[in-house]
Amino acid sequence: MTEDTTTKGKQGVLDTIRRRPGLQTLLLIFPSLFWLVVFFVLPLLIVLVYSFLKRGPYGQIVWEFNLNNYARFLDPLYLKVFLRSFKIAGLTTLFCFLFGYPMAYWIATRSRRWRNTLLLLLMIPFWTNFLVRTYAWILILRDTGLINSALLSLGIINEPLPLFGTDLAITIGLVYGWFPDMVLPCYAAIERLDFSLVEAAQDLYANEFRSFLRVIFPLTLPGVIAGSILVFIPSLGAYVTPDLLGGAKTVMIGNVIQSQFLSVRDYPFGSAFSFVLMAIMLLATLLYFRVGARTA
Amino acid sequence: MGYDVAVYLNGVTKKFLGPSGSPGGGVVAVDDVTLKIRDGEFYSLLGPSGCGKTTTLRMIAGFEYPTTGEISIHGTLMGLTPPYQRNTNMVFQNYALFPHMTIARNVAFGMEMKKVSKAEVRRRVAEALEMVRLPGYGPRKPNQLSGGQQQRVALARALVNRPEVLLLDEPLGALDLKLRKEMQIELKTLQREVGITFVYVTHDQEEALTMSDRIAVMHRGKVLQEGSPTGIYERPNCRFVADFIGETNFLDGVVQEQEGERVTVLVGGRLPVLVESEQSLEPGRQVTVAVRPEKVWLRPQEAKAADHNSLRCQVEQVVYVGNDTRFHVRISDEVSMVVRQQNVISTSDPLGYQADQDAPAYAVWRSDAGRLLLD
Repeated sequence: MTEDTTTKGKQGVLDTIRRRPGLQTLLLIFPSLFWLVVFFVLPLLIVLVYSFLKRGPYGQIVWEFNLNNYARFLDPLYLKVFLRSFKIAGLTTLFCFLFGYPMAYWIATRSRRWRNTLLLLLMIPFWTNFLVRTYAWILILRDTGLINSALLSLGIINEPLPLFGTDLAITIGLVYGWFPDMVLPCYAAIERLDFSLVEAAQDLYANEFRSFLRVIFPLTLPGVIAGSILVFIPSLGAYVTPDLLGGAKTVMIGNVIQSQFLSVRDYPFGSAFSFVLMAIMLLATLLYFRVGARTA
Repeated sequence: MGYDVAVYLNGVTKKFLGPSGSPGGGVVAVDDVTLKIRDGEFYSLLGPSGCGKTTTLRMIAGFEYPTTGEISIHGTLMGLTPPYQRNTNMVFQNYALFPHMTIARNVAFGMEMKKVSKAEVRRRVAEALEMVRLPGYGPRKPNQLSGGQQQRVALARALVNRPEVLLLDEPLGALDLKLRKEMQIELKTLQREVGITFVYVTHDQEEALTMSDRIAVMHRGKVLQEGSPTGIYERPNCRFVADFIGETNFLDGVVQEQEGERVTVLVGGRLPVLVESEQSLEPGRQVTVAVRPEKVWLRPQEAKAADHNSLRCQVEQVVYVGNDTRFHVRISDEVSMVVRQQNVISTSDPLGYQADQDAPAYAVWRSDAGRLLLD
């Protein structure tokens, strides 16, 4: 009899859920909603509130509303950091595209059998820890590194090239780090491309270059934009790569935020910095959706 | 010759490499095809899928190059000329309209590539859209148009460039039956108006018969027969063509005797069937007599005329299909036929004799209605 009532009870609960679609929705989204609210929305709100407060003499938070943290961005020092970050992130995105798009095109136009193998080969290096891979670049780029010692021993240069600790080194590290994030969306877009459209363009007197410019590229642009966002945003906020390859200088936004929180202990200013970065990223993403909607 | 050759294929063969890239496992898609497509004609390449008709078309367009043989267009050898340097335009099976461009931009594409002046582009785009009965559709995007409309845009986009040859790759395949029939007539009318050579690829024999001036029937990379729709239908030269185009009764037998053009074939070992043939045939040769179902009549009595075949048969099945009635008749244990009669006269009329099921009757046809096939 007890078994009977429990099955009835279970049945009752199920019936209630079935009759109430609102409850169903709530039950389905609850786990992710909980996660988002507790670990994302609430911390973000804390950061937002902090960004309008003041730092006390010992690094504590002083509850006094002000906009000074945002005003400090007008300081040429921080403007320079922003510009430099944009330059590095922009160059990273550009190089990722210049190397990544042809590669994605090549992979996407192989036979079906080969494509997955090639994509796997692209991913394999990224199974290694990110830090290890970035450290490897130090060994390649430093004065006594692979490139310089090779060029020196060949007699092409007399002094080691200043590679390590430069913006170039950071850009190389970032391009290497985010390369698959450009290739994969481009690949997805090119793979979906209907190649009879390319034939149609060539049939209508467009040579290879013009059919690329007028048909292939515009139709795969959403993939390029998606890839650019995926590369640009993490590059802009990058912290590990500039920290390791930038030669211990505060060069990018990520490094400023890190030093504000961990060294200077100016939580309010660090928070404001984080928010400005987020605003920029949001803008970039909105731009993507607008362009994406136009091409689709 | 009395006509100009628009497209000349001289011994064209196309081999595709096997999946491993080795020539050994390759496929011969087109096998030593020689064709002369006349200027201004509506020419169809007809055959089942995989017969090489699309590959042939793609070689004329320049998307594929022949492995051996030559293609020339209006006397100019094409060689390895890329598609964008050929004066041909193609209407693709799936239309291949550029989805990111408006209809007007789609139609203007070819002219823009050829650097035609803006004013002329605008005028010709408007004209072309007018011609395919889509005036004012210029600002729309392809996905806002129905299949039939997209089809017409594809046609306008190709024709607006005034190509020497228009290539059409099963352009009506994706349309429903009714629209397809309308478009067939429309295409044929349009072709007569513009006077451009059309090379049309289709697997639909009725479509080819409806529109073409001439048809080439292809099978396994080879052209089996080339001729007018009447020629192809009335005088098929082999079993495949007779079978692929329309419906045919095949009566296998051996040649008994020949008097001039009249041949007597012994079908099923004992039934003499009269048929006409210009070839001289030795007695005992294995042949097939092909007779279209609509050329056979069912009669209650034997036909006495000397040039008529008249075989006693048993009606096994009567299938009424609206305009026609199909009779499945058995002549002997091994030989059966399909007879088709149009339902034009009332059944009470003695001329409109309609055999009943299981009734004995005579299948009658003129000796020149049959066709003697050697394979």
